[in-house]
Amino acid sequence: MARIFSEAVAGFRRAPLLTGLSVLMVALAFLVLALFGLVAHNLQAAVSQLEERVEVVVYLREDARPAEVSAALEALRTMPGVEGVRHVTKDEALERALRELPEIAEVSSDLEVNPFPASLEVRFQAGRRDTETVKRVAEAAASLPGVEEVRYGREWVERLFFLRRVAGLAALVLGVSFGAVAALIMATAIRLAVLARRDEIYVMQLVGARDAYIRSPFLLEGAVVGTAGALLALGLSWGLYVGLSRFLFRLEWLPAVWSLGGVLAGALFGLLASALALQRQLRRL
Amino acid sequence: MIRFLEVTKIFPRAGAALEEVSFYIPKGEFVFLTGHSGSGKTTTLKLIHMAERPTRGEVRVTGFSSLKTPRRDVWKVRRRVGFVFQDFRLLPGRTALENVAFALEVTGAPKGEIRPRAQRLLAQVGLAAKAGASPEELSGGEQQRVAIARALASDPLVLLADEPTGNLDERATRGIMDLFWELHARGMGVVMATHDLDLVRQYPKARVMELAQGRLVYDSRPGE
Ligand SMILES: Nc1ncnc2c1ncn2[C@@H]1O[C@H](COP(=O)(O)OP(=O)(O)O)[C@@H](O)[C@H]1O
Ligand SMILES: [Mg+2]
Repeated sequence: MARIFSEAVAGFRRAPLLTGLSVLMVALAFLVLALFGLVAHNLQAAVSQLEERVEVVVYLREDARPAEVSAALEALRTMPGVEGVRHVTKDEALERALRELPEIAEVSSDLEVNPFPASLEVRFQAGRRDTETVKRVAEAAASLPGVEEVRYGREWVERLFFLRRVAGLAALVLGVSFGAVAALIMATAIRLAVLARRDEIYVMQLVGARDAYIRSPFLLEGAVVGTAGALLALGLSWGLYVGLSRFLFRLEWLPAVWSLGGVLAGALFGLLASALALQRQLRRL
Repeated sequence: MIRFLEVTKIFPRAGAALEEVSFYIPKGEFVFLTGHSGSGKTTTLKLIHMAERPTRGEVRVTGFSSLKTPRRDVWKVRRRVGFVFQDFRLLPGRTALENVAFALEVTGAPKGEIRPRAQRLLAQVGLAAKAGASPEELSGGEQQRVAIARALASDPLVLLADEPTGNLDERATRGIMDLFWELHARGMGVVMATHDLDLVRQYPKARVMELAQGRLVYDSRPGE
């Protein structure tokens, strides 16, 4: 064990530039992944928050008769997937607007009439907030008498999902590219390390050292490079996260399991990359 | 111990280095492998060491078959079969003792035993006094002795030697040959490739196998 360690350290000493470059490239690959993780994690939170608020807003005509309104209310209430319907009168709508946007007060005090329409707000049962159900209810509502217009926020959720998919794909492409470059640089580092020790490796093979014995220092070196790269990526993305949260918008940091998994993945990546490079180099001796 | 079964070795560009070679070498035998340069001696030794695999046929060495031994198990063969070369192939920058100790270390000898065992091995090849010298400070014959001590580190059953005296003068050659015979007398098998027929004639008790253009054309003790 001590031998493996000291030889791995000797490996770093022999090619500090290349080793540093390897670490940097692994870090870049994992930084992309970490940033995607950050985006995905926060989008997920946003989506689930929005999902809870998924609702259909049915705006009523100015001239809707009370009988039409209560009929619409009843019709909506009994539709499959609907949890409840709330009637928001014109007065309530105005009040709410004033509460949320105080600037309106200045404008509205000049107005003769209340410009906000009355509406029916339809909430959905948990698990029934899918596009299909929401769309069906919205379309049915649009054809009810006394209804002016129907709006629903489902499109936003869909868009967020889409955004997440695009971000995921971009991260995958970038991450894999950086990962490939990292693997190539690591292969070069391994090649140099093997060449530097060519004579010793030759004698080891000659006298019957086990493959695992010959390989382990190189594998350890690879694992350390991978781990260092992943840790560096984690540090960089933490810095980015802190900066963004402070100056742009509040974000949630990655779940601990993700960070831990990332570092382990880094170690594994380094191990596999060097194992692959070794396979080729040792066969050539 | 060592068996070739209709072994053919073809190198992609160079063609056949060995063709349909069959022989058996029992435990503890002393064998000269002779033939002109390019006749296939080195290839034969490499096949025994499993550094090469036959194109056709089968090589069996101390219970390991070339057909059934995966790459990752070749080290087991290497520990039973020592190998020395014309050019010694010692590690420069390491003393004679360190060169032998290196072989012990990388084959997993217990740490505390490495030094005394390396010293004993050097004594066995008559080089105890030069343990601290590096290869550059040793004569050819002495370097070959270090190489032999290194090959003996894993206590092999047989020693393969590829033109071991090719770089040595007459006196050093005799010294190395005496050492081989001494090892042989204690039960070690020796397979020595050489094109030096004068040398071969000095050891009439040894078995002689002659290769010519990849074929086994003479065997003084064909046996089975
Ligand atoms: N690695 C190799 N690649 C291609 N040809 C080879 C290789 N090794 C040996 N040969 C060829 O095989 C033949 C036998 O070579 P070798 O076994 O080295 O003969 P010897 O040791 O008797 O001089 C020669 O023609 C040589 O050129
Ligand atoms: Mg040869």
